[in-house]
Amino acid sequence: MNWPGVLISAALWFAALPAYAALNVFACTPEWGALAKELGGDKANIYVATNALQDPHHVEARPSLIARARSADLVVCTGAQLEIGWLPLVLTQAGNPKIQVGQPGYFEAARLVVMLEVPALVDRSQGDVHPGGNPHIHLDPRNIAKIAAALSERMAQLDAPDADIYRARTKAFLERWQQAIVRWEKEALPLKSLVVVGYHKNMSYLYQWLGIREVGSLEPKPGLPPTTAHMSELLARLRKNPAKAVVRSAYNDPRAAEWLSENAKIPVITLPFTVGGTDKAKDLFGLFDDTLLRLLAVAK
Amino acid sequence: MFKRILIAAAIALAYTGPALAQNAELAKIREEIRQMKDAYEKRIQTLEKRLTEAESKAGKAESTASKAETTATTAEQSAAKAETAASSAGNRTGENAFNPAVSLILQGTFAKTSQDPNQFQITGFAPSGGEVGPPKRSFGLGETELNLSANIDPYFRGIAIASLAPEGGIGIEEAYFQTLALPQGLIVKGGRFLSGLGYLNEQHQHAWDFQDAPLVYKAFLGNQLKQDGVQLRWVAPTELFVELGAELSAGDQFPGSDRNKNGIGGSAIFGHLGGDIGVSTAWRLGTSYLQTSPRGRNYSDTDSLGGAVTNSYTGTAKLWGIDGVLKWAPNGNSTYNNFKLQGEYFRLKQDGSLTYDDTAQAVPRFSGVTCIGLCSSYLQTDQSGWYLQGVWQFYPRWRAGYRYDTLRYGTVSNGIVNNGLGPTAADFPVLANHNPTRNTLMFDFSPTEFSRIRLQLASDKSRLGVTDNQVFVQYLYSLGAHGAHKF
Repeated sequence: MNWPGVLISAALWFAALPAYAALNVFACTPEWGALAKELGGDKANIYVATNALQDPHHVEARPSLIARARSADLVVCTGAQLEIGWLPLVLTQAGNPKIQVGQPGYFEAARLVVMLEVPALVDRSQGDVHPGGNPHIHLDPRNIAKIAAALSERMAQLDAPDADIYRARTKAFLERWQQAIVRWEKEALPLKSLVVVGYHKNMSYLYQWLGIREVGSLEPKPGLPPTTAHMSELLARLRKNPAKAVVRSAYNDPRAAEWLSENAKIPVITLPFTVGGTDKAKDLFGLFDDTLLRLLAVAK
Repeated sequence: MFKRILIAAAIALAYTGPALAQNAELAKIREEIRQMKDAYEKRIQTLEKRLTEAESKAGKAESTASKAETTATTAEQSAAKAETAASSAGNRTGENAFNPAVSLILQGTFAKTSQDPNQFQITGFAPSGGEVGPPKRSFGLGETELNLSANIDPYFRGIAIASLAPEGGIGIEEAYFQTLALPQGLIVKGGRFLSGLGYLNEQHQHAWDFQDAPLVYKAFLGNQLKQDGVQLRWVAPTELFVELGAELSAGDQFPGSDRNKNGIGGSAIFGHLGGDIGVSTAWRLGTSYLQTSPRGRNYSDTDSLGGAVTNSYTGTAKLWGIDGVLKWAPNGNSTYNNFKLQGEYFRLKQDGSLTYDDTAQAVPRFSGVTCIGLCSSYLQTDQSGWYLQGVWQFYPRWRAGYRYDTLRYGTVSNGIVNNGLGPTAADFPVLANHNPTRNTLMFDFSPTEFSRIRLQLASDKSRLGVTDNQVFVQYLYSLGAHGAHKF
């Protein structure tokens, strides 16, 4: 049996093909990949573990993720237990000490922002609750600014020779970003007090920023799929207190939203939710441009 | 309306009176009408003014109400925040601040089988010693699994999984440390752990897609191979997932046995390749090899007259296998629909000696002086088995699956039988020539990722000449810390 020999030669063959870049970034979700790209430019080699059409709660610790985490210098994730179903496994199986929890190579965005909807009661009878609060923090652009500043410092720390490049890029990014926020806030004025129904509670930060009121969710409880009973109850509520639209993310099943749309006679808005969720949401600027465009189309 | 009537009346009057008087009268009437008009207009204006005032007041009241509401919500939110901050601060300072993550698996079955589960055997294959039979009939509690895990320090992580048996007693499924800080993609595990052999072996039983293990796991690995020893893994720094592993163990679980000997009782190596095909498909392929040397590994059988016999094997056991799994979900979003195809093949070769012992019988037929040289001879086996299964999530929370299982008897060369002077083939009923097969259908419903109810129907031909038709209803609940499942 010559298995050891075969395995060792295979190992050596693959070991001869490492990926070279100044900083290998493993981003859990597309928004952090896009942010790292803005801040790192060609100094960062970015791998995004999930795409905009995947439910960030339900991702598997696929072999490809373990392989990418093996060579990562920095893991950028949301935290607040958003990735709890898969990231711990990827971290413990990748054999990479740099990216373990508590190391500089492990970055959690949720630590930098004020969390909304922190549950007073942490109990699974409430559905898929996150004890740290709602983890979908990236849809408030002011959070992105806070996270950008901290992430840039982390990248500079890990890749010291290029530190000035990260800082300069971040400064330029934040200037453009602040201008964009001013523009978005102006454009979004008609959205103030817009009443909508959501799918999952994953737009709360966007709504809080723009003053949009979410009066219900298609999910009876966070993480539970829409049920007939809940949908008819929601419909009855909407007949008394109408909403302007039903909002879903690109990764949510369209059927429930369409049913409510037909019965409540309100349009469905499909928001990109994250970078790549729609054709126009190519980067973080595009994400917010397209999100506002789609909401404004209904508010007018 | 009133005004119009007045005007109309005035006009009518104006045409009825004499001419002179008419002029004076007309002027008077005109004046009166003008006054009336003015008065009404004033009153209307006042009313309109009052209306607008009232309206704006109402609006203000409304906005005040909504403001109060917002303040209330904000107050509530800050209270909640303060509460969480306080509670998290409390958690951080208490003695329990470093408590490990705790989770518990509850499981049980309702079983209906056409054959007696206590008489279960896989004919043609030496019993592997594990709990390989179907669950008990009627209601039956499965093993309750208690899972504790935490980082020990910056260098190690510790995990313990205890199984609480329904009849009482605690078994240790796994209890191991694992390194966190080794460089170059190296990971060392030590203690008792699920071997990296095969695909299904490393998954916990509650994460399996069927209620029970494939026949090949039952026959060759005693359901699931747990190693007491150390494991070294290496993950290659490549985009393609390449993982190599080696294990050294006491080798005391089937196909090995407890040897009461110094040194290493068993060793295993395995290699995995994996990756994605587009965004929708992920795959993993593996191969593994296990070598061990059982000493006096015995099993009970009955001779041709029904008397109790113990057979014991000493020699080598070499197992190799290949495994593969492919998972597909549209755009990689498995929430709504997904498909999983998995299969494994194992081949077990043994070369050693077998001893036949019927001394436990009141009047042994063979043992004693007459049996020397007849009741102990060589045993060479070359047997294999495989399974292939597919599980389809056709609707959120609902899945259906099918599994085909088979074992190949292959060659069993039993020196005792071959020399023809002692016990015959009829005295080894467990080793009778038989190729077991099984067909299994599964449907399950998972309200959340923490709960699952499963219906499983199987037609099991593990036993020579009989078919066991099985119906299982199984529940699986996971409570406590959110576990992460292996790919």
